[in-house]
Amino acid sequence: MTYATGPGAFLIPLGMAAAAGLMGSIAVMRRMALASDALSHIALPGIAIALLVHVNPFLGGLIALVLGTVLVWAIEYRSRIPTDVVVGVIFSAALALGSLLASGDELIEALFGSPNTSDSFNLIGLGGASLVIVFIVRYRSQLVIRLVSPDLARPAGINVPRLDLLYLLAFALTIALGLRYLGVLLMGSLIIIPAATAMRLGTNLRTMQTISVAIAMLATLSGTLLAPVLRLAAGPLIIVIAASIFFLSLAVRRA
Amino acid sequence: MLTPFENRPHALDVIGVSVAFGEVCVIDNVSFHVDVGSTLAIVGRNGSGKTVLLKALIGAVRASGTVRWAPETRIGYVPQKLDIQRDLPLTGRDFLDAKVDVTHAPATDAQRVAGLVNLSQSIVDQPIGTLSGGQFQRLLLAFALVGTPSVLLFDEPTAGVDEPEEKSVYALIHQLQQNEGLSVLVISHDMTQVQASADHILFLSHHGSYFGKTADMLSSERLQELHGPTVAHLRE
Repeated sequence: MTYATGPGAFLIPLGMAAAAGLMGSIAVMRRMALASDALSHIALPGIAIALLVHVNPFLGGLIALVLGTVLVWAIEYRSRIPTDVVVGVIFSAALALGSLLASGDELIEALFGSPNTSDSFNLIGLGGASLVIVFIVRYRSQLVIRLVSPDLARPAGINVPRLDLLYLLAFALTIALGLRYLGVLLMGSLIIIPAATAMRLGTNLRTMQTISVAIAMLATLSGTLLAPVLRLAAGPLIIVIAASIFFLSLAVRRA
Repeated sequence: MLTPFENRPHALDVIGVSVAFGEVCVIDNVSFHVDVGSTLAIVGRNGSGKTVLLKALIGAVRASGTVRWAPETRIGYVPQKLDIQRDLPLTGRDFLDAKVDVTHAPATDAQRVAGLVNLSQSIVDQPIGTLSGGQFQRLLLAFALVGTPSVLLFDEPTAGVDEPEEKSVYALIHQLQQNEGLSVLVISHDMTQVQASADHILFLSHHGSYFGKTADMLSSERLQELHGPTVAHLRE
């Protein structure tokens, strides 16, 4: 088992964690927890095709995610089928297609990630994380009104279909950021679990988003540090830590 | 109440608007107008398309025909009771601040509108899922007032609100209209309120739509026939 070393070993995952925490805060408030998890699986066929043609799997995953989310958005707006149904169907198809195309160790790595982050995509990773964070901060007010009611958003001058597309694309980018590190299966969890914990503990938007980002970063940092010591894989360890914090939060009564 | 509006400019002109969902025609060829500073009550039985019409006016539902708002119109919309999650970590302040940000209203606007609808700061700081029906309805009204709208659209503003609160919400709407000179479109089942506050009535039914001044509409045999004893009672 290899472990990442150097400053990049922490900077990239922490950027990814901050983006995941913020993105998740909106996703759980929109009741998209399961849809979010399923959406991440859309990356699988892209990763498999990238591995087959010897292209960086991150790029393959990102392309598949972008295409998949645009498809989800278009079907939702054209057919008025609820998002979770659309995501459910596309997710199953993507998982089946990915399993057919990839095999063995490659598939395991795609599903659970690998901690080796020392490649030329580090910079892209940081850039992507910054983009997601800027998006959520810039569009936070629009996203909040949209999640309370789309009917309130339109008269306030918000272009709801455009906002939904941008949100799904930012979501796809967040998943892509974690593909190398956490893999397809676990990145969805890093988006949802810290935010679900924060939803229990936070009483207003600011505290909720702060708690969500803090838990995502804490779990990622401690998982990355503890993995070599415990001789465990960093990705699953990060999610186990995040889930443990969630279960601990169940004992805390909201103020 | 029935001041002449003939010479006033229109806040809204609706000409031949129809809405269909698939094969089902929900609104068929509806025309009316709203004078600046006046109140239009939209009445009709359940399923007659009142909410769909309001949604068509704000562009949330695709409609054919012409919907023409006066230039520089700013719309405040108060929907029928919203079902929100009780555990949402959003306070009334988060909600109002979001509208202030989106509409580029002055930072003090959240406090101003909360004052207008008599919501105390401590209530505004509570998570919105913990508010009572009446408090939440006032918050929705405050939300609509952020950014100083010129037109307010109400979809049964007192649905799910108890009677004393219902009267106070209507009094508030009336007071706001007087003070701010707003044009108001309101869906209501309460014909007493309609008679007291509306300048014009738009009546929607499966047999067609009827638009006119409140007094003329309430004395219309046709409306009585379609809307039943409530209208007959008001005529007496």
